[in-house]
Amino acid sequence: MPMTMIEKILARASGRDEVRAGDTVVAEVDMNVLIDLQFARWVTPLAIADPERTAIVLDHAVPAPTVRDADGGPRARAFARDFGISRFFDVGRHGICHQVIAENALARPGQVLTCTDSHTCAAGAYNAAARGMGPAEVLAILCTGRTWYTVGPTIRYDLVGDLPVGVGGKDVFLHIAGTWGDATNHNLEFGGDGLASVPMNERRTVATQAAEVSADFATFPVDDACRRFLTEHGAAPEDYVAADPDPDATYAAVRTVDLSALEPHVARPGAVSDNAVPISQIETRRLDQCFIGSCANGQLDDLRIAAEILEGRTVADGVRLIVTPASQRVYRDALHLGYLGVLADAGAVVTNSTCGACFGYHMGVLGEGEVCLTASTRNFRGRMGSPDAEIYMASTATVAASAVAGHPVDPRHLLAGQEQIA
Amino acid sequence: MSADWRITGRTWVVGDSVDTDAMYPGYAMKMDVPEAARHVFYALRPGWVDQVEPGDVLVAGRNFGIGSSRPVAALLRHLGVAALVAEEFNSLFLRNAINNGLPALTVPGVRDLVGEGEDLTVDLAEGWAEAGGRRVDVAPQPPMVLDILAAGGLLHRLVADGYLPAEAAR
Ligand code: SF4
Repeated sequence: MPMTMIEKILARASGRDEVRAGDTVVAEVDMNVLIDLQFARWVTPLAIADPERTAIVLDHAVPAPTVRDADGGPRARAFARDFGISRFFDVGRHGICHQVIAENALARPGQVLTCTDSHTCAAGAYNAAARGMGPAEVLAILCTGRTWYTVGPTIRYDLVGDLPVGVGGKDVFLHIAGTWGDATNHNLEFGGDGLASVPMNERRTVATQAAEVSADFATFPVDDACRRFLTEHGAAPEDYVAADPDPDATYAAVRTVDLSALEPHVARPGAVSDNAVPISQIETRRLDQCFIGSCANGQLDDLRIAAEILEGRTVADGVRLIVTPASQRVYRDALHLGYLGVLADAGAVVTNSTCGACFGYHMGVLGEGEVCLTASTRNFRGRMGSPDAEIYMASTATVAASAVAGHPVDPRHLLAGQEQIA
Repeated sequence: MSADWRITGRTWVVGDSVDTDAMYPGYAMKMDVPEAARHVFYALRPGWVDQVEPGDVLVAGRNFGIGSSRPVAALLRHLGVAALVAEEFNSLFLRNAINNGLPALTVPGVRDLVGEGEDLTVDLAEGWAEAGGRRVDVAPQPPMVLDILAAGGLLHRLVADGYLPAEAAR
């Protein structure tokens, strides 16, 4: 029987010839990633399945903002040492888990990856069956090396046309969320001729955001760009077997996205599903905070785009622009390439790498009545601080340009070199 | 056997797409479970944590629990919630409930079946929900899920299987 991308991966991992939507399978997990929050309540296992299929990443709360978080660090260090876990990303070589997964090719095509974070679907950009699990389940996978999946129906997105300048993965995703709404318990599969115009960083933004329409998995095929990315990060083509969908696979829906027709999008506060519109339709709001960061949009390319827009410009009076690189490596690369200097000169606050403001934990929490435009992943009420703050969501380019204007603006005006912004 | 999977309780009814952050706000992740549990629905239904009683059933609409991997179920169990019943669950939230030993069942149309404050009975193994003399049949939870619930959640299971020390189940 023909299978979708995700069905193929789960069939292989569960030792079956085929799986179809509705099946529940037990699959071997190729890589299981623990984050710092896992160690806030920690019981050391008596035995673990495989240290080589385990990684630990300190990301959400580093350097520790509370004693409680600080107490997790030594537990993580002792556990990594005692169990011989070499893939341990301690403060200083840390980053947001999904960025670290990408930088170290921990997620490989055709493989299964789990992690204690809901945006683990990010690694679907590299053709992996990756999804978030709760801390108890990640602990169970650490011990047993496997877990169960109920295979959801797959929605296919065929991308056509070329992604225009100034339009990013976030805009592709917000268009999808705004047009078709939630995809609860479904998998998203991307492909089509237009994919070649979507760089790897933008694919990862799309895959990351899939959690926001309540999808289980979001997967992309392996093409030249993906192979190149993986090779550069330590996974040669002979290290993996890509999962291509069969031509006659069964989909719950097949939808076409014309990339060439897309304009920058903005999601209104609360949710992205049925709540995102082209920027030409968004109301003017005075912004208190602009945030560029998170696993979705704190990548090196995001910092480059922000620096290009902010070069020689200044963040508007009354606006805080907070920029949080997605990893220490991104931070160092952006430092050496001069992006951080440009951002700081423009009036941005550049923080260390962490999840930080994205989940309202530290370094950029919103106060009552404040309005934020964020390039991060989630705009739930209260997500970034006060429940009486409002969180709009857009691409890095839109957030950077809007920080200059003081209200949401189309970044293509600034990218085109037009000094005057409305 | 099946009677073990039959749960009756007074209901609290919330809407569609109630997200994890509404139940377990980011700032509460700095707290231990008993204190964090004081903040469930802090903005959506202030004061709810003082009204909910052990044995109550939480009923929700579509896309229940979209969001984070944070274990909301641990807080709901601390408050004594006996079961979650929703028209549709986010899969991560559902897994978290099961793995934390909190029974959960998908019942399409449940909000037409029961109003807030009324009693609802569900049977996870047989797959049905009943209120006010009306009953709807739904997909039962598979045996694998019932096994995890029967153990009291994944940590208890891991202790029983010799992977974790006994203290993990406390
Ligand atoms: S950056 Fe935000 S969405 Fe991404 S892993 Fe961290 S808290 Fe989650």
